[in-house]
Amino acid sequence: MSMIPNLAPALGEIILAIGAMALLIAAVVLKNLTVSKLNKASAMLILIALLPVLLWQGGTEVTFGGSFIQDGFAVFMKTIVMLAAAAALLMSSQYLKLKGIKALEFPILMVLATLGMMMMISASTLLSLYMGLELQSLSLYVLAAINRNRDRSIEAGLKYFVLGAVSSGILLYGISLVYGFTGTIVFADLAGLLAANSSNIGLIIGMVFILAGLAFKISAVPFHMWTPDVYEGAPTPVTAFFAAAPKVAAMALMMRVTITTFPALVGDWQMILTFLAVASMVLGAFAALVQTNIKRLMAYSSIGHIGYALVGLAAGTAAGVEGVLIYMAIYATMTLGTFACILSMRDDEGMTEKIADLAGLSRTRPALALALAIFMFSLAGIPTMAGFFGKWFVFKAAVDAGLYTLAVIGVVTSVVAAYYYLRIVKLMYFDEPAPDFAPVTDLPKRYIIAITAALNSPLSLVFIGLLVSAAVYAAGSFFPS
Amino acid sequence: MADFPILSVLLLIPILGALIILPIRSAEETGNRNIRQVALLTTLATLIISMLLLGNFNNSLAGFQFVEFYPWFGGDTGFHLGVDGISILFVLLTAFLMPFCILASWKSIQVRVKEYMIAFLLLETLMIGVFTSLDLFLFYIFFEGGLIPMFLIIGVWGGARRVYASFKFFLFTLLGSVFMLIAILYMYAQVGTTNIPVMMAYDFLPEAQTWLWLGFFASFAVKLPMWPVHTWLPDAHVEAPTAGSVILAGILLKLGGYGFLRFSLPMFPIASSELAVIIFGLSLIAIVYTSLVALAQEDMKKLIAYSSVAHMGFVTIGIFVVNTQGIEGAIFQMLSHGIVSAALFLIVGVVYDRLHTREIARYGGLVNNMPRYAVVFMIFTLAAVGLPGTSGFVGEVLVLFGAYQASTWLAVIAATGVVLGATYMLYLYRRICFGPLDKPDLLNLKDLDKREFLIFAPLVAVVIWMGIYPSFFLDVMHASVAELIANYEAALGGIAAVGQ
Repeated sequence: MSMIPNLAPALGEIILAIGAMALLIAAVVLKNLTVSKLNKASAMLILIALLPVLLWQGGTEVTFGGSFIQDGFAVFMKTIVMLAAAAALLMSSQYLKLKGIKALEFPILMVLATLGMMMMISASTLLSLYMGLELQSLSLYVLAAINRNRDRSIEAGLKYFVLGAVSSGILLYGISLVYGFTGTIVFADLAGLLAANSSNIGLIIGMVFILAGLAFKISAVPFHMWTPDVYEGAPTPVTAFFAAAPKVAAMALMMRVTITTFPALVGDWQMILTFLAVASMVLGAFAALVQTNIKRLMAYSSIGHIGYALVGLAAGTAAGVEGVLIYMAIYATMTLGTFACILSMRDDEGMTEKIADLAGLSRTRPALALALAIFMFSLAGIPTMAGFFGKWFVFKAAVDAGLYTLAVIGVVTSVVAAYYYLRIVKLMYFDEPAPDFAPVTDLPKRYIIAITAALNSPLSLVFIGLLVSAAVYAAGSFFPS
Repeated sequence: MADFPILSVLLLIPILGALIILPIRSAEETGNRNIRQVALLTTLATLIISMLLLGNFNNSLAGFQFVEFYPWFGGDTGFHLGVDGISILFVLLTAFLMPFCILASWKSIQVRVKEYMIAFLLLETLMIGVFTSLDLFLFYIFFEGGLIPMFLIIGVWGGARRVYASFKFFLFTLLGSVFMLIAILYMYAQVGTTNIPVMMAYDFLPEAQTWLWLGFFASFAVKLPMWPVHTWLPDAHVEAPTAGSVILAGILLKLGGYGFLRFSLPMFPIASSELAVIIFGLSLIAIVYTSLVALAQEDMKKLIAYSSVAHMGFVTIGIFVVNTQGIEGAIFQMLSHGIVSAALFLIVGVVYDRLHTREIARYGGLVNNMPRYAVVFMIFTLAAVGLPGTSGFVGEVLVLFGAYQASTWLAVIAATGVVLGATYMLYLYRRICFGPLDKPDLLNLKDLDKREFLIFAPLVAVVIWMGIYPSFFLDVMHASVAELIANYEAALGGIAAVGQ
């Protein structure tokens, strides 16, 4: 065995790690560097690092002594995460400028968080899982509190940190139990051991703790308490990033742990996931009904959407994994697009987050209103919009697997949720105009809104075929035929 | 002609029209005029193509014609289109009513004309898509997709309580449809495809059929609408702009009846025969109860809305007695009601545009200064009542014949609906057109102008044509209906044979 591990599978991560260091040095050395320039450079860096990921031809390959795995699944998830991160970076410049946030560490922390997520997605031991998760989480704690002059931002960061630390503790405790009872932390070995003997109660407790820790990261009910406060308190571009990328990465981890590591315990985790899914869908639908702040609304909306994605995972089949992959990809575009629209809501006094301010937007800003309406219908899962396809595939998997009750609860809550998405459309299209927003001159944000809106619009009827075949390929790495 | 993708063209023309409208500036009046003209031309082009479709349709074949298939993702899910003797008539109905919607909105819609016309054109594509799709997945997309433009049409251009009405419409229909979605997913899992002809040939387990039937029933009963889930309809009708009411009554309500014919009967024959009792019960309640409710209405549109629920009661009875007269009567009744109720809403729209009220008590004696209007109104009133020689008669009589074969009581109770229908329609007509012309604001009302007269002339012609020469339409559906009934009876017979 060679002393130097095979670096090719981790090329994207390596580029990102080195690039982040270089940017950090540049931020310290270069005197006239602004945040928006550094944002652009960081987004470029992420897109460059995306190239080796997209061009990966090696099938499934394990390196670094079995702790890092690159496969079709990882490529799919990393692509979503990296595109989401780049988009979040590009649309944050104008906000940071307006708010007077000059912290150059903002883009660098975003890059490091992205790196953490990529490592999470590629983790194939419990240790690398934890490493990736912590790199991501620590960066995100700081990002939530990056607006140091605002109490709400600091509160959000602190709250996120304290609760996040507890969940990491729970996760770590679960890992130690699993290691204690089996003597291994490698996913593949664990799966093999469990296939031989899966009746160990200590092991099941360990798995439950691990799942609880991960459920915190995807903010599934009842581990969701931090989400609305952090979403509301954190600077909006950070919230956009929170809503899209870390959820996708944590969901990837959840899938890898349940499907490839604990397939022998499917009966046990299926129960847990079903509960998480039902609780998230119900709470997400009902709690959002009374929100007046659009960021809080999106927080509950994201809780609900994680519930739908978990429906697919609870099925535990190849179709279920495909469903979750499709769902998360579409979810990322809807969320990013919506937040890009929220970032365009600016009145004279600064950024506004009140839902009521959207009144009559279709008259004052028809293009923005149209885009936001597309996102709302897509989030509600109404056909001809992309969001419907996500629901179709996860519910199909649930029905295939015989989880009828879960599917029925899912579709009924989606009707409840439709109400609050429609409420936003109603405000924009049926009501008399509120005072106009200042125009958004920021070009990248416009492009992001236009692209994500097009992806979610009925044009998705054309794109969906591509996404499905990519998801089928990606899910194939879990279910070799 | 055989290889020409006529159905795709039919679906694409309205979209093309919407794309042409999109860049036109609707700020000034010339722009609005151009928008209206493009929309009208688009709908007329669609109508002509759909007539070509009927011209090339072979009446003697029972199966699907003009079939197109473009693969989409995985398996044989795809853009699978085709029409048979049942669906082609609904395509024609859609294409026929659309130009009237555009014409009816010519003057009454003055704000956001561009968005309005785009919404209608997209709605046309979606509705034609519902009737032509041969893939359940595609069907569901078109079926549900129609909610979005209709929601906007009611909510943006509607009346005072438009927000309430549009939300009620959207959420009621969505809640019904998601149960159908679960049923569709189950069927997909069982059969392994969403291909409708394949599913029609598949024998679902009798126990499963009941649940699947109920899932589809939830959706179609709301859409049709059947008592007691009809409450969204009067609200939606009252608040929608005239053309919105026309589309609702003329086409959207027909989706439910079409769905029963296309899915419930052929795919779940056993459940259909077992659960037909539910349908009969609800339909009879609808016929008698909503007719009585219609009698008490003070608002013209509400009255017509309740009468729609009653008329749809005939349709569901006709469908689920499953004999030739019943089903053909039901289809004919749907077509006739589509045109007659659309015309009645246009008639209400005429006076609403002048007086901006729909309260019946505000009118009276219009025959004195609006003679042309009174004549047109009378023709459609009689058609709604089911006078021989109008289209309404054929449908009701065929349904009653069919119902009589199934059960005398069913036919007798349903027949009371005809009497009640005559009562509330003639009562409405008397209150609006007859009596003294003594209300000061009615004195200056102008009779139908040229544009309005042009709208009603073809509708009158078609209603009388359908009443005098119904065979033209019945011939188109004969073969498909016969096969539907043959398959249905074969499926029931097969079960009976196994049971013995």
